[in-house]
Amino acid sequence: MSVISLVSYEDALASYDPVMGLEVHVELGTKTKMFCGCSTELGAEPNSQTCPTCLGLPGSLPVVNAVGVESAIKIGLALNCEIAEWCRFARKNYFYPDMPKNFQTSQYDEPIAFNGYLDVQLEDGSTFRVEIERAHMEEDTGKSSHVGGATGRIHGATHSLLDYNRAGIPLIEIVTKPIEGAGERAPEVAKAYVAELRELIRALGVSEARMDKGQMRCDVNLSLRPNGTSTFGTRSETKNVNSLRSVERAARFEIQRHATVLTDGGTIVQETRHFHEDNGTTTAGRIKDNAEDYRYFPEPDLVPIAPARTWVEELRAELPELPRVRRARLQAEWALSDKDMQSVLNAGAVELLEQTIAAGAPADQARKWWLGELARRANETGTELAEQPITPAQVARVCALVAEGKLNDKLARQVIEGVLAGEGEPDAVVEQRGLAVVSDDSALGAAVDQAIADNPDIAAKIRDGKVQAIGALVGAVMKTTRGQADAARVKDLLLAKLS
Amino acid sequence: MTDLIRYTAAETATAIASGTVSAVEVAQAHLDRIDAVDKKVNAFLHVDTEGALAAARAVDAKRAKGEELGPLAGVPLALKDVFTTEGIPTTCGSKILEGWIPPYDATLTARLKDAGVVILGKTNMDEFAMGSSTENSAFGPTGNPWDLSRIPGGSGGGSAAALAAYEAPLAIGTDTGGSIRQPGAVTGTVGVKPTYGSVSRYGLVAFSSSLDQGGPCARTVLDAALLHEAIAGHDPLDSTSIDAPVPAVVAAAKMRDIRGMRIGIVKEFAGEGYQAGVMQRFHESVELLRELGAEVVEVSCPSFTLALPAYYLIAPSEASSNLARFDAMRYGLRVGDDGTRSAEDVTALTREAGFGDEVKRRIILGTYALSSGYYDAYYGSAQKVRTLISRDFDAAFAGVDVLISPTTPTTAFPIGERADDPMAMYLADLCTIPSNLAGNAAMSLPCGLAPEDNLPVGLQIIAPAMADDRLYRVGGAVEAALNDKWGHPLLEEAPAL
Repeated sequence: MSVISLVSYEDALASYDPVMGLEVHVELGTKTKMFCGCSTELGAEPNSQTCPTCLGLPGSLPVVNAVGVESAIKIGLALNCEIAEWCRFARKNYFYPDMPKNFQTSQYDEPIAFNGYLDVQLEDGSTFRVEIERAHMEEDTGKSSHVGGATGRIHGATHSLLDYNRAGIPLIEIVTKPIEGAGERAPEVAKAYVAELRELIRALGVSEARMDKGQMRCDVNLSLRPNGTSTFGTRSETKNVNSLRSVERAARFEIQRHATVLTDGGTIVQETRHFHEDNGTTTAGRIKDNAEDYRYFPEPDLVPIAPARTWVEELRAELPELPRVRRARLQAEWALSDKDMQSVLNAGAVELLEQTIAAGAPADQARKWWLGELARRANETGTELAEQPITPAQVARVCALVAEGKLNDKLARQVIEGVLAGEGEPDAVVEQRGLAVVSDDSALGAAVDQAIADNPDIAAKIRDGKVQAIGALVGAVMKTTRGQADAARVKDLLLAKLS
Repeated sequence: MTDLIRYTAAETATAIASGTVSAVEVAQAHLDRIDAVDKKVNAFLHVDTEGALAAARAVDAKRAKGEELGPLAGVPLALKDVFTTEGIPTTCGSKILEGWIPPYDATLTARLKDAGVVILGKTNMDEFAMGSSTENSAFGPTGNPWDLSRIPGGSGGGSAAALAAYEAPLAIGTDTGGSIRQPGAVTGTVGVKPTYGSVSRYGLVAFSSSLDQGGPCARTVLDAALLHEAIAGHDPLDSTSIDAPVPAVVAAAKMRDIRGMRIGIVKEFAGEGYQAGVMQRFHESVELLRELGAEVVEVSCPSFTLALPAYYLIAPSEASSNLARFDAMRYGLRVGDDGTRSAEDVTALTREAGFGDEVKRRIILGTYALSSGYYDAYYGSAQKVRTLISRDFDAAFAGVDVLISPTTPTTAFPIGERADDPMAMYLADLCTIPSNLAGNAAMSLPCGLAPEDNLPVGLQIIAPAMADDRLYRVGGAVEAALNDKWGHPLLEEAPAL
């Protein structure tokens, strides 16, 4: 595709109407796996967190993790879903070496939660309702690493290594109904939906939902139909899009790619596609035609799940404050205008602000740093704001140093730069870089005298009562002290000398 | 010493507990017997001499310390090679698992060990329990001790033959469509399929998960009951395990009183295909039950005629999925891994080489039955038939305490006779399959020799789910009456090996 020039996004939307389906997998943060007692801790020695059941050894049997079921119900309730009175697991049969049983224990036509919706807020402050088809429980597969090839992909590899630590970790798959009517905002809706879902999952405490750690993974299904028509076009399924930004980019690229193919008189092939973070494009993976038969049937090794209504209602009553409600509360607490709050949301900075403020920073200061300096850096490096190597506590410390008069804004920026560069805590950066504000009169005296001597005209004006001209002299002092002087003190000293 | 191998399990346990004989002597006697006859019978795939003697020594040590021994402590047992045994090969009669040493014990294995039962070894079976003759074992057929040129039934032919050949007083089988009862019938031994969910399937290598059930095999009804109580009971590792007390089967086996019990003859289990001598012994059993004071009536279970086709959709469907894990990646056979082939090719080559014809036939059948577009017509319909069969049982049990039928339509057939005719082979399980589909309990016990071939005939008793005790009550009474009539247990009429 990369050699063919793409139809522009605007031209694509001029002719076509995008329809999206989003499938999000969330790894639950349960202590043990979905069907056995093995730990789910990340980062352990390969295959050290396995047992006969999650290795699929002959004779082994699954036992459902009750916390997993509870988490699924919580997610279903938070997504305004109906909770099944009776549902079953099913086997999804297909061969792959990292799947120990060569079937995935999943749910098929009897999901635990179905028919819900999630309202998401777009950048202009408007709300878009994404309808939820279902949320169901399943288990994760193991992990294959392909060794010996240049690309790390299976093609060209000499051998593959299998790690089954991940096999059997509980997953919730959340599937939207076809998202129609988003038009040119489809990529934005996709991103906003995944962001909102991520916040929701975190608020529920069922998963950290870290996309960078694979705890939340998104598949973007997309099709185009000519404007004004209602029949869905053929969809592509872009798998494992693993950041908010990528979700938006993948949707955008696929809209352009589909439009290019369709405009050219071609047909879209139903296929799996891979998204490439580096250039924002997708390439074809496995073609799905006859390979698609998973031969689902009810899992005979497990008994049906029939959550008692009283239990479901208890869980409903215990649901935490949901993100939308929380946002409204925080906006009031922080005394932000709608516009300012929206900018915080757009930057994905709500949690960061909340934590920074909780660590003692004033709301306006916290907002200023996260949405200013730090957002700019995130943008420059193409990373998420939350991924910046600085913690809310560190930002709060910088704010405190400014409030104490130990740093001015310019110095504070340098301290933040130092923290980001890995130079340690803010106080350590101040010390190592020698960035403390100079307000000691004897140290400043020479610089003040120098500034007056260098700028006799301005000095004269001030002596004549034109005090507003003092800015130029303050600037000169700041320059000679490399910005470390306390500007207010400098001004006082200048006035004293020139009065 | 030869006497030791002819003891019942109950007698053996009593003798060991009283110090008349040591557990090691008992184990050694059976190991010697295996050594002497198993080349002919081929009941065992693996004999664990060291493990058996060590287990026996542990029982003797326990007794020497004055500790209390369980009701089966020191009694030798032959374990079907479909239950995992830590450190001991488990093949399921298949080449694909050749060389695999399980790292864990099945719950059943662990319970046997806890009970002080001495596991002699692992017994031969149709590959992955698919078959009715043990001819489908990758490691050669087992002979029927009544006539070594005939089949011992299947899939648990090895366990049944071990009992009939006095290689062990107790054995474990699994019954998916009759694999405990039909071998019991054709070898003149007792076999029980407990209620589905009453014996843990954890560590039972799955053939058809919704049908498989482990159970006791023995030479007497009481011995089967003792073993039943040792292995049954809730297991949190098996989600389909029933969390309820095990019916008092030992007490029931000792009652020997069936006066006033109502017994139903399943009308559909007769007619074409049923050997005359089998029906003759069956009708005599009916008369015997009447003489013993039971009320016998005929009942109709019309949907039982659909059981065989439903079974041959459900069992292969589940098997096609259960056996998918044998992919050469983690354990067992690996063929073609020469550094040039893909994982997919190695899996295909391994499955081609490692599975036998009957297993392949059922994987193909099941894969087809589950495929999209066919699911409703095949698997879906079969599940509906299953419901109909359960309803027929419910209706029948509303009027009677137990049902009876011949266990299998014929006596043991010659090895090779049905090997190329799957349909003829499948008919051996005609009378046993409905209980697997419904999940209730059933027993086979010897009721005589067919006059035309002097081979054992089995009487099947069927009880509602969790009423396993009724099997033992009726079985115990019938066994006692027949032994009185014959003057000895039927098995004593078997020719010497």
